[in-house]
Amino acid sequence: MDNTAYLIAFVALGISFFKSKEKTLQALKKAWKSFENILPQFLSILLLIGFVLSILTPQQISSLIGGDSGWWGVMLASILGSITLIPGFIAFPLAAALIQSGAGYMQIAAFISTLMMVGIVTIPMEIKFFGKKAAYLRNGLAFIFSLLVALIMGVILK
Amino acid sequence: MKKTFKRYRLFLIMLGLYGVLYFVEQNLFIASTTKAYNSMIEMVLVLPPVFILLGLLDVWVKRETMVKAMGNDSGLMGILLAFFLGSAAAGPLYAAFPVALTLLRKGSSFKNVLIMIGAWSTTKIPLLLFEAASMGLTFTVTRFLINIFGILGIAFISEKVLGHKELDEIHERAIQLEI
Repeated sequence: MDNTAYLIAFVALGISFFKSKEKTLQALKKAWKSFENILPQFLSILLLIGFVLSILTPQQISSLIGGDSGWWGVMLASILGSITLIPGFIAFPLAAALIQSGAGYMQIAAFISTLMMVGIVTIPMEIKFFGKKAAYLRNGLAFIFSLLVALIMGVILK
Repeated sequence: MKKTFKRYRLFLIMLGLYGVLYFVEQNLFIASTTKAYNSMIEMVLVLPPVFILLGLLDVWVKRETMVKAMGNDSGLMGILLAFFLGSAAAGPLYAAFPVALTLLRKGSSFKNVLIMIGAWSTTKIPLLLFEAASMGLTFTVTRFLINIFGILGIAFISEKVLGHKELDEIHERAIQLEI
């Protein structure tokens, strides 16, 4: 997957370079500038992810959001999902493992959905980009929506 | 120099806390460092192409073109384009914010930016295949279908709730941000 992104970027760079050397250089400068600008936040987020992931082990998670935990478990799963930042390629196998070790579909759906859409750790960054109201609104709506997803998945995957 | 220090202040504080952790709880320190390192590797692998493409988009795509494609009057075309952009992208959700910023600057509507962010977070094709492999097809397809409605819902409701004045402010802020 990563290779595809690199391939596209390199082909695009090649075409751009062929068309205009200066514009390509300008684009690369802009790319670096926008990267360096969010670098401090990225680095802080990395350290936070490392710490949070280390305190919350999969065993702890599954003991809290098992199939019998009901709406309490769904709420807890949503909060966990909102706080943690686990990349999808780790989250899905983790979710599958959790279900095998007794977590409920409803709780896992809430966890995955909030994990993907709600970002409490990254909210300062989002506020900087879109302003307070828009950032809280997007995250709030995404949280409510995740509960809805859990409800529907719970009914369908009984 | 002073400005750089201020920007990295939070990071330095957290480095300091990691330092404290090293003396207080060494096992937790090792686990945290390993996980932070793994996340960093993943970020380093994913981010460069995203930013290079962003730079190219910034230089080559004219504002008028973007307004036409994804602006307020772009209709279904803009929505589909936003879905495509988000689904085709790689990287964690927070990598979508700089992309969103560039789109806003170039004149995309906030609704379409929110759709792009929504698609970025849930309808990425490689991730869907991966989800199907670990969670099963029923789980994946159900979630995908609900998500399409959810993404649209969140985007439309947000635009309605925010209103004209605030949407203008969001565009203004995007243009003025020094990033």
